[in-house]
Amino acid sequence: MSATAHTPPNRLILEAGRADRQYWYDLWRYRELFFILAWRDVAVRYKQTVIGVAWAFVRPFMTMVIFTIVFGHIAKLSGNGVPYAVLVYAGLLPWTLFSSVFGDASSSVMSNSNLISKVYFPRLIVPLSTVVVALIDFAVSLSILVALMLWYRVVPGWQIVLLPGFVLLALLVSIGPALWSAATVVKYRDFRFVVPFILQFGLYASPVGFSSAIVPPEWRLLYNLNPMVGIIDGFRWCIVGGDSPIYLPGFLLSLVVTALFLWLGIWSFRRTERAFADLI
Amino acid sequence: MTDTVIHAEGVGKKFIIGHRVEQHALFRDAMVNGVRRFFSMGKSVLKGSGGIAGDEFEEFWALRDVNFEIKRGELVSIIGHNGAGKSTLLKILSRITEPTAGRIEIDGRVTSLLEVGTGFHPELTGRENVFLNGAILGMTRVEVRRRFDEIVAFAGVEKFIDTPVKRYSVGMYARLAFAVAAHLEAEILVIDEVLAVGDAEFQARCLDRMSEVANSGRTVLFVSHNLAAVTALTRRALVLRAGQLTFDGPVQAALSHYTSSLGKSAQRLHWGRGGDSTLISADLLDETGKPTERFVPGTPLSVRVVVETTGMPGLCIELTMRDELNLPIAFYSAGIFNHVSLPTEIGRFECTITLEPMLLAAGQYAIDVATSFTNVHADHVVDNAVRFFVETCSPGKISFNFRQSLGTGSLAMTLTKPIEFKPLPAASTS
Repeated sequence: MSATAHTPPNRLILEAGRADRQYWYDLWRYRELFFILAWRDVAVRYKQTVIGVAWAFVRPFMTMVIFTIVFGHIAKLSGNGVPYAVLVYAGLLPWTLFSSVFGDASSSVMSNSNLISKVYFPRLIVPLSTVVVALIDFAVSLSILVALMLWYRVVPGWQIVLLPGFVLLALLVSIGPALWSAATVVKYRDFRFVVPFILQFGLYASPVGFSSAIVPPEWRLLYNLNPMVGIIDGFRWCIVGGDSPIYLPGFLLSLVVTALFLWLGIWSFRRTERAFADLI
Repeated sequence: MTDTVIHAEGVGKKFIIGHRVEQHALFRDAMVNGVRRFFSMGKSVLKGSGGIAGDEFEEFWALRDVNFEIKRGELVSIIGHNGAGKSTLLKILSRITEPTAGRIEIDGRVTSLLEVGTGFHPELTGRENVFLNGAILGMTRVEVRRRFDEIVAFAGVEKFIDTPVKRYSVGMYARLAFAVAAHLEAEILVIDEVLAVGDAEFQARCLDRMSEVANSGRTVLFVSHNLAAVTALTRRALVLRAGQLTFDGPVQAALSHYTSSLGKSAQRLHWGRGGDSTLISADLLDETGKPTERFVPGTPLSVRVVVETTGMPGLCIELTMRDELNLPIAFYSAGIFNHVSLPTEIGRFECTITLEPMLLAAGQYAIDVATSFTNVHADHVVDNAVRFFVETCSPGKISFNFRQSLGTGSLAMTLTKPIEFKPLPAASTS
């Protein structure tokens, strides 16, 4: 009884196509479910694996090694005086954050279909809870960056204090497309096969393995239509400073595209969400 | 108006079902149609009006124009055949899907229990799953923590609470899952078929717990195929048939409405065939000779069987009655007991087997119908061909409902002459 004491007295009305005014309030009320789902995903992540949590270190580290070899040593791209491994890793961090949010959130609604067809809760919780898992992995990866910077004796400038802001931006960039794709996968299962493809393509279309300074100036603004370009540039700027300057008009364009994606994601998710149980 | 908690008006739910209709004889046609379909799919994807790779679409109303009102503290059951729309109605009430038509107003917080153990994760321990499941069902962590010991004790899994649930037996898993659900604190509780878990003893405890919940002043909506549970728990019932509300009233009247509609609408599965005989249908009949699902203890038990035969001599009909645990409790063989065989000519025949009255305990029963060569070799066996239930069984004059769930068997024994106590000389002490 006590649990329901703070339930608002307003009446719930169920009707076709009715925009639920209580939705955002509900989202807040179900915050515990959000944390519990996130905790569940973290808890079961490395169950029954041999090296367990070490995976969180191995994966980003190996990717960094491969990228450094391929882009830095074989393709001999310039790092503008920054150790190539640090350059690559600074780009890899936001990209990994993006790709795990996008990848996990896309399949999250489908993999929680048993919940969705049996219980009501604001469906946004499901894709959003994958963000927590991605953030934890990100924190682990960040510790590798610290080690790397110590190893190469790279001292960050004052910009490093802006890093949390860019982490937040990277999350916003990921959430928009992730929500859209989560909603689309429910409707068209084919889209599941498109997601890994987008991620693979995006990895090379974004300046992860190289600095965006090598893009010809006349293409630079266009290149920033990919919102990850602005974010990755920002990360590099924070970490290695002036040697890797941020390109302001491009960055602003990235912000606009991010906002657009975010709106599209939330709008399309909210639109299809009501029919999830029927489609699953 | 103040104590109406649910008010439904003209509620309908439409589904679009896709059929694959085309049968292409020519590969060329298939190619052309494939390409055409690809483009039209592309168009509908862009428009956001979904179509999956099915071709023809048909509208199907799972619910249509349903109106009802439920008052605070009422216990209402929803009964109907498979596909009558019960689950759809519950899903709408619990906000899992939204209605296509009509409107429902709800005062208060609805907690739905459409399945026990929703979201249980096999890798997590019992303790972790209790918290996970609790959160999914809308409990806060504080609430779960407060009732945790109660939940574990109810499930009887104290020893294994820190073991991953994938190591649990099916029974333990189900018990833990139900235990969480049983300790929900909700204003309006919506329950679907959750009693179908665990052993008989646990089911009885679940029923007790449910009536406790029901009697604590909460509003409960209950869907079940267990008609005995329906009568035990609720006073009022809504009967759904093919998506429409056909009856709304006291549970006893609802049950007779429900069972009387059976003969008309019963959808029989194809029972397959035997070697020399094929059972077509079997029904329990009431005293007027109409098919029913309800048996009144102490009245003759009549089963009508329709059978086809090749005229093979020596074939006879056998009935095996089973209780809720699916254990055989009674047997009848027309061949062995009465030397009655099927006619020795080809054709389809109907017969009614009327058996002596039995005082069957309240609960569910099923009868397997078989044809066999004098109990030596079965020809066509149909398990659970007839299902029926007994609502109340009061063998004596006092009102006591003798139920299967008491665990004291399924047949009440009766006296043929009164019990007399004759005084005997006191036993000698030597």
